[in-house]
Amino acid sequence: MSKASNQYSAKNEVSNTHVRRTIFQRSLISLSKAPFTAWLGMIIVSSYFFVAIFAPYLAPYGEAQIFKVPYAPWDNVHIFGTDRLGRDILSRLIYGARNTMGIALTTTFLAFLIGVGLGLLSAILRGWVDQILARFVDILMAIPSLIFALMLLSIFGSTALNLILIIAVLDSTRVFRLARAVGMNVVVMEYVEAARLRGEKISWIMGREILPNILPPLVAEFGLRFCYVFLMIASLSFLGVGIQPPTADWGSMVRDTGELIQFAAYDVTAAMTPILPAAAIGILTIGVNFVVDWFLYLTSGLKDEHQ
Amino acid sequence: MSTSKKSRSLLLNIRNISIEGYSDEAWHPIIKGVDLQIKRGEVLGLIGESGAGKSTLGLAAMGFVRAGCRFTGGSISFEGKDLTKLSEKEKQKLWGTKFSYVAQSAAAAFNPAHTLLNQTIESSLSHNLETKENLKKNAVKLYREMQLPNPEEIGDRYPHQVSGGQLQRTMTAMAMTSKPDLIIFDEPTTALDVTTQVNVLATIRSIVKEHQTAAIYITHDLAVVVQMADRIQVLRYGETIEVAKTNQMLKSPNQEYTKSLWAVRSIQKKPQKKEDTILKIESIDASYDSGPMVLKNIDINVPTGRTVAIVGESGSGKSTTARSITGLLPPTNGKIIFQGRKLPARLSERSKEDLRRIQMIYQSPDTSMNPRHTVRDIIGRPLKFYHGVVGNRYTEKVIELLKMIELDESFIDRLPEELSGGQKQRICIARALAAEPDLIICDEVTSALDQIVQEGILKLLLRLQKELKISYIFITHDIATVKAIADEVVVMHQGSVVEQGLKKDIFSPPHPDYTKLLLSSVPEMDPKWLTRILTQ
Repeated sequence: MSKASNQYSAKNEVSNTHVRRTIFQRSLISLSKAPFTAWLGMIIVSSYFFVAIFAPYLAPYGEAQIFKVPYAPWDNVHIFGTDRLGRDILSRLIYGARNTMGIALTTTFLAFLIGVGLGLLSAILRGWVDQILARFVDILMAIPSLIFALMLLSIFGSTALNLILIIAVLDSTRVFRLARAVGMNVVVMEYVEAARLRGEKISWIMGREILPNILPPLVAEFGLRFCYVFLMIASLSFLGVGIQPPTADWGSMVRDTGELIQFAAYDVTAAMTPILPAAAIGILTIGVNFVVDWFLYLTSGLKDEHQ
Repeated sequence: MSTSKKSRSLLLNIRNISIEGYSDEAWHPIIKGVDLQIKRGEVLGLIGESGAGKSTLGLAAMGFVRAGCRFTGGSISFEGKDLTKLSEKEKQKLWGTKFSYVAQSAAAAFNPAHTLLNQTIESSLSHNLETKENLKKNAVKLYREMQLPNPEEIGDRYPHQVSGGQLQRTMTAMAMTSKPDLIIFDEPTTALDVTTQVNVLATIRSIVKEHQTAAIYITHDLAVVVQMADRIQVLRYGETIEVAKTNQMLKSPNQEYTKSLWAVRSIQKKPQKKEDTILKIESIDASYDSGPMVLKNIDINVPTGRTVAIVGESGSGKSTTARSITGLLPPTNGKIIFQGRKLPARLSERSKEDLRRIQMIYQSPDTSMNPRHTVRDIIGRPLKFYHGVVGNRYTEKVIELLKMIELDESFIDRLPEELSGGQKQRICIARALAAEPDLIICDEVTSALDQIVQEGILKLLLRLQKELKISYIFITHDIATVKAIADEVVVMHQGSVVEQGLKKDIFSPPHPDYTKLLLSSVPEMDPKWLTRILTQ
């Protein structure tokens, strides 16, 4: 060993530097190792988004276009037939992706904005702010959310905006709980104390010190929340207070075509009609969950156990 | 007795062992062909800085590798078997019967939901070594040997009901129950106060000697290993630097590196005479919420451009004093006068300028830097926040600060996890310097670091003080550090100041009782120190 390497130098201390990789390169590495279920999930979710974005080009007919024959059977003109007003089922399924997913996505974003903002505020300030917010959330959570949403929608009317606002507020309570709990673990870290000692504003502490460190569980929760919101909108639509006609939506499509199921003995394809929107909901939920599971596995560090 | 003959035979022979760890999509060597021999009844000290591979080698002696690591070469022979070749099941039979392991943090190693006695005998019971009654009797006997209070009853307690030192001793008793041939102690006293450490060291040493058990003692504290080990092996970068008998290694180390380890405790700051006072703490009291008072009538003076060291064991109120000065825990009584002006008690009432002038450096750089911020953001934020530095000037200033702490611009885009412990602490120092403060509070800034890195940090702090005329409040429990850096010393105990004065006055007799105990508990680089202090 040479003499020089025995001299102490701060620069030469052993440290585990990582290979510099861009986010793109890192994603490629993760993707190349993704399990089959994750791939399946990603394919499902991205194809749904594709359909939602390009709905007007993919759909053979208009969203609310009415044809002469109601309840038309499956054939070449109307691949999945028509509903009781004579609207093309396939077109409505395609537009339904856009409406249901668009509203669900907006609602989830809003729920996270409210939930994470207030949750972190609670975690940082503690004291009476925390008490008031947390108790208010407890009250909201004590009421079953579907029934609460039904009630509020009947009071304020079922417009898309009301739907988004009401579900977002109700769902933000779950997000609040999570953000507050994981935020609490970060708030006690010394770097947050150091930021306070520096005199930083609360917005800096929330956005720059805490948020980057709690992102993985929040992203995972976002996926799950999206599913719940999506199912809730579908349920509300099925009950008739969600997305209103003529806007196409999978929940209300199940309700509208539901009675066809009793004709299974005479025409199997007709009985399949209400299954289609239901399956669309189910498959997306499964796909999102596959992706979320994989993401949680990547970020949780549990994988070290199995190497 | 046959023990004397037995004690000479070779117990474990590690030949040319190599271990690799997996990270960043590739295998990296951790241990690069190390030999290690241990005889029956012998204590081998394993020393080296962090990252040298001490713990990995210690675990490898049991044939164990951590998750994400693998053996790539060499052999570990124990009783005629090669541990690297045994199946997991065969190794499990050896673990807990022939080998035991004592971890660094006893508090984390015990299950809080079970009593100490049940945990002590658990592994022996699961290996069906003896009946439960005999094991219990045996455990009580070991508790007595470990000098635990009420050995008959302490086993019925839960981990949170005993002190840290007692827990560490219980853990050693647990390791002894199966009468193992080899115990691996991984930094067993690092988390303890010096005053507690002395007792734990003494009991570990006597019980190992009494039972003729071989032991590998892993530590980075040279003074401790000198008390415990018959032979010392020095590791660095996964290779053996030197192996020798303790006395021989102390007297005439062969390698430059070993010499440099020995030379660490050599910095001595010449105390300088007092000038005007920058910070004056006048009889402050403080308590958390409405609990009992944790600070009682504290008076401390900090002279401009000098260092005041606050010493004391954990729970003595050192860090609470720092929190009161910074305003995180407003004192309930008394005043804090900074540069001739009374500071508002609460953090929220202080101006940006007040905050800028007092900066703080923490014990653990791992938790005091945001893991998601790069070095540029960490050092740059105070520049922008206090001084409004932006644009090209910003990067220039950050590089200037990096040079000041003896690093260079290659570090600017690294994340904290890509730095070594010493480098991290340097970045924390740069962050404090960026604010251009008049007073820096250093809370145990060197205690999580290796000796050689500590020396570098202390030298840096001394140089910065000379150049920039910064005053330091240096909180520590390590007397060697105090000797190295302080001009004045404050001794604290149970929330009160025991003694305050110039360093030479505090370190020379007569001492109050507590100072005497504290000073005598600091391990010295003399193999006979522990024996001497116990007979006193």
